[in-house]
Amino acid sequence: MLPRDLKPGQFAGYPPEARKIVTNYLATLQQLPLSFVPSLLRELIDYDFKFPAERTAREKELAKLSSLSGEELKAWFDGFVQIRLSPQLEEFDWVRAPAQFVERLSAHLWSTHQLDAFRKASNDYADRLRVAVPPERPPIPRLGIAVIGQGVALYDQPLFRRLRAHGAYFSGIKPENGLRQLLGAVAARAKAHPDPYAHWYIDGGGEVDHAASLTCVSYKSLEPARLVLLHKMESEINRPGMGPEALRSLLAQLRPADLGMDSKPNNKPKDEVLERFEVSLLTEGSGTQIFSTSFAQWAAREALRRAQPLTLLVRFAPRQRQKPMNELLSAVSASPEFDFVGSLVDADMGAYYNWVNQQRLPGAEQSSFLVWFEGHNQALAIGPSTPRGTESTSAADLEQVLSWTV
Amino acid sequence: MIGAPISAPAIMSALSQNRRGKLSGTPKNTSSLRKVSQFVARTRRDFLRDAAGVALGSTLFRPSWTRAATLPSRRKVVIVTFGGGARDQETFALEGQENIPHLMREFIPKATFFTQVVNRGILGHYVATASLATGVYETFNNFAAVAPQSPTVFEYFRKDLKRPSSDAWVVAPSNGFNRIGESSHRSYGAGLGARVILPKRLLTAATSGRGNDYQHLLRDNYETPYFAPELAGSEFELQQLEMILKLSVDDFKNHAQTLSSPDELSLYITRQLMRQVAPSLLWITMHDIDIAHAGAFSLYIDGIRRTDRLCSDLWKAIQSEPEYAGKTTLFILPDFGRDSDEDAGGNGFQHHRTGDVLSRTTWMLVAGPGIREGVVFDRAVDSTDLVPTLGSMLGFVPSLAQGKPINELL
Repeated sequence: MLPRDLKPGQFAGYPPEARKIVTNYLATLQQLPLSFVPSLLRELIDYDFKFPAERTAREKELAKLSSLSGEELKAWFDGFVQIRLSPQLEEFDWVRAPAQFVERLSAHLWSTHQLDAFRKASNDYADRLRVAVPPERPPIPRLGIAVIGQGVALYDQPLFRRLRAHGAYFSGIKPENGLRQLLGAVAARAKAHPDPYAHWYIDGGGEVDHAASLTCVSYKSLEPARLVLLHKMESEINRPGMGPEALRSLLAQLRPADLGMDSKPNNKPKDEVLERFEVSLLTEGSGTQIFSTSFAQWAAREALRRAQPLTLLVRFAPRQRQKPMNELLSAVSASPEFDFVGSLVDADMGAYYNWVNQQRLPGAEQSSFLVWFEGHNQALAIGPSTPRGTESTSAADLEQVLSWTV
Repeated sequence: MIGAPISAPAIMSALSQNRRGKLSGTPKNTSSLRKVSQFVARTRRDFLRDAAGVALGSTLFRPSWTRAATLPSRRKVVIVTFGGGARDQETFALEGQENIPHLMREFIPKATFFTQVVNRGILGHYVATASLATGVYETFNNFAAVAPQSPTVFEYFRKDLKRPSSDAWVVAPSNGFNRIGESSHRSYGAGLGARVILPKRLLTAATSGRGNDYQHLLRDNYETPYFAPELAGSEFELQQLEMILKLSVDDFKNHAQTLSSPDELSLYITRQLMRQVAPSLLWITMHDIDIAHAGAFSLYIDGIRRTDRLCSDLWKAIQSEPEYAGKTTLFILPDFGRDSDEDAGGNGFQHHRTGDVLSRTTWMLVAGPGIREGVVFDRAVDSTDLVPTLGSMLGFVPSLAQGKPINELL
């Protein structure tokens, strides 16, 4: 089936808000190429469970597309039109299962050497869209915070190496109450600008006390879901005919209830948008099921990409140690051990990626970033007025550093 | 269907963010493959020149006949894929050189180094390794236990030179690579390929009945850690162990207990193979580095440092084995790179899914008798050039390979 054959009744299985927006713009979708439409439907089918920033972006995108003339549409989508698709892809039920179609499209692009052409078409489209619909600037400059190295007593290698050129390195931080100060600053921003999903606290371990106004995701709270997921994956791969692609498709269809997330022990009000987000971290992320550092980094990346928060505090926690082969062979069944130094190295890189991903958002030139070696006197701050590549040995607490940075 | 890494969804989901937040250290215009590749090449060359005092190859290039007298009569070739995709930042770029001290200090001064090896195929490890081995960009399912469609270097080598099966071997990291030695091509294929040894498969067979605690961890298919094609039976592997490698099961298990990674096990098996069989064409695929897919940067770096050390250990083994010393050419190259930090569609070092230029551009190091020492070549060579180069070196004709011989090595 091709997009020109789309009919409203085909979207009956979509959630209500998704069905509504798709049918509203059906005439536009009918004019777009098959190499593009399923990717858009993949976003729209989950519209009911998207963050506000994502919803706004999709609405503006569709509104813009619907305003284009036939000639303009031709210019915008010429690159996608040139992509050659297989009959199998054309016959696939991409309306009902757009994510699976996109996965198959990806494989098709690689095997037919069309990936570069698709990348170019995608980038050209994104460039046009950004000019036509400039992304909304944040109401206040964004602030990112990374807390790394929990549990590390001593580390003599240089930290923040990838970030130093972009900000000021502090070696005289007073660490007392550091985490509380940072969470307090995040809570104050949430109170002053109380938008939904605008202020986040992600913890690679167990969450500490924090303001209820923060959107919180933690590795510890998802442990039951992680165990259910791992069990599910292990049993699925033993089924005849199960391969990586089938497994990926299966994981993509999992919902919070499938992972036992319906009954939260902490009496928090049900938030299906956040629960779906949490499930996606475990089912779409790689390594997030086994390493807390991978979880924290991926959760931050996805929160920034999707929710575009004004404030994001990520606290990395120690991950379990990767067992060497000799331990496996000697069948030592020790209780889980942590790799504290390895986790610090992971988190140091993770902090860098948090900053990179924050800088991809609108308002990057005004945004600020702080990374702190938890419990120690090292931190690095990046802000619009922070001198780059500098170092300060002056004694200061994290509140002061934030006040100089933001 | 091709089991290639996912790219399109990532690209599409990142449409609104692509090209934002360009960071320092990247070329201004990344739209041109050639420009970026050249930028990468220049950067590597400059780093190497600073670090090791090597010379630019074009100024030293000389015709091959001038070196003919130095070539040994019965040449051997060992190829090592520098396991599982490694980026510039963590290897030959200035900040990465601390991770590869052996390559920098021991190899670069003695080797010819190519700064720009471009892989234009599918960036999945099995299919990319198969492409390296056939000289053709293979397009089969990366995660299926299928044979390459085009003839492999081992088949050309054995058929043209009438070599026995004992003269071409592959040491491969996981079950998924068990068909790498022999293609499904009707003019080659059955009976003409390399013998393939899967050290972890051997270990699994040798330790059967010891429970499941370690078995899933012996798999190193980090791209999809919960899935690996299964092979049937264990008798053949154990027979290899005892009959060919002259290793008792107990000795093998005992030694394995002293090792810390699958690639260390591969090197151990390789050394046994060199000692007991001494194949002329030996291909070793390292894979520890691909733990990067789990997202732990420290483990990725550990993998690079280990692979660097293992390359040095292998080179020492080559120098110490009478069958190899003085007549072995060693090729070391990653199968491809990993995604760059700048591509919003990826997640940095973790994967190789975007198909961006840096994930396609990598390096190659060649050392041995007759190979120019301390020389760097900037021009782009293709991943598929490896097989034709081996053909010219060893005297067979890889008629179906797509690449061209690398004249600087001949």
